[in-house]
Amino acid sequence: MDAAKTDGFAHIGKSVVIKGELSGSEDLFVDGTVEGTVELPANALVIGPNGQARASLHAKSVTVQGRVEGNVRATERVELRKSAVVIGDIAAQRIAIEEGAFFKGKVEMQEAAKAGKQGA
Amino acid sequence: MSAVAQNLMKLFRGPSDPRQPGQSLPKGERLTRRSNGLAEISRLFDADEQLCILDIGSTSASNIRYLTERNHRLYSEDLLDASTDSALETRDDDGKPTLDSKRFLADNLVFSNAHFDIVLCWNLADYLDESLVKPVVARLWSTMKPGAVLLAFFHMQEAGPDAPCYRYHILDKDTLEMQHIIARRDMRKGPTGVVHTPIERSFRLQRVFNNRHIENLFRDFSSIKFFLTRDNIREVVVVR
Repeated sequence: MDAAKTDGFAHIGKSVVIKGELSGSEDLFVDGTVEGTVELPANALVIGPNGQARASLHAKSVTVQGRVEGNVRATERVELRKSAVVIGDIAAQRIAIEEGAFFKGKVEMQEAAKAGKQGA
Repeated sequence: MSAVAQNLMKLFRGPSDPRQPGQSLPKGERLTRRSNGLAEISRLFDADEQLCILDIGSTSASNIRYLTERNHRLYSEDLLDASTDSALETRDDDGKPTLDSKRFLADNLVFSNAHFDIVLCWNLADYLDESLVKPVVARLWSTMKPGAVLLAFFHMQEAGPDAPCYRYHILDKDTLEMQHIIARRDMRKGPTGVVHTPIERSFRLQRVFNNRHIENLFRDFSSIKFFLTRDNIREVVVVR
């Protein structure tokens, strides 16, 4: 897999720490630290190589290159890149895991209608 | 020896083998093998009911895809990787280095009793530190439902101490793909004094179980079935 394309994404830089509820309607690249919840039901979320999320993540698609401790839910696709460490449950319609990624948790594949309903 | 003589020797020896002990496959290369043990439990995969499956080998996208496509719930925990956490190192009453199995079990395999229908143990017991093997099997017993099955692989004596540790990918109901595991962490000296990854950050075979050891390890289970193979691996299907 190539590096995640994040042109046009809103960026949270390496030195930024956000605690609380993060929601929005644009694609987001997180290379800093996020604690709490992230809600982007209609957009893409990328946790960058330096990114650390101790949070529940919900987005249209979620790509992880850094570390996530918390549940990950995507209405479409979850991608774990080779540097990813995910400790938590994953629910999505599709999941792609690159060789070398570390995952500890439960995986549940969701049908399109179910994923959309839960994401609403 | 002159360079010419060395080249001549090389010619007779054939190309130098890039593989090191414990690394039988070049990085990224995979081997395919037929598995009678997998075939035995695959019948369950096709069941109509949703099964709860625990995979305690290295994370495998193939396994996640194969099992979730069949509408089963899959839990993944890479116990071998978790066992290399240096925070687990401690000393026993005699001051000898050991692993803190209580702490390990506080952080791993934390599930309610009788939760799983199938456990994919792969070759974990051969590579896991001695201090963790029995506690892990006891915890697996309690997390499995009565009648649940566990699939495990054990090396035979002929395998040698450098037998590589593999990640197992399910390709089909009786076919596995094996991929050499490169440890994620820089290895420490093992808690029982054994170096886990002396070469190329590979996990090292810790012991070889014979049939009696295996039966003893799973003595609390109701039945055990052995499948002999040609590649120095014993496949075992154990029923809780």
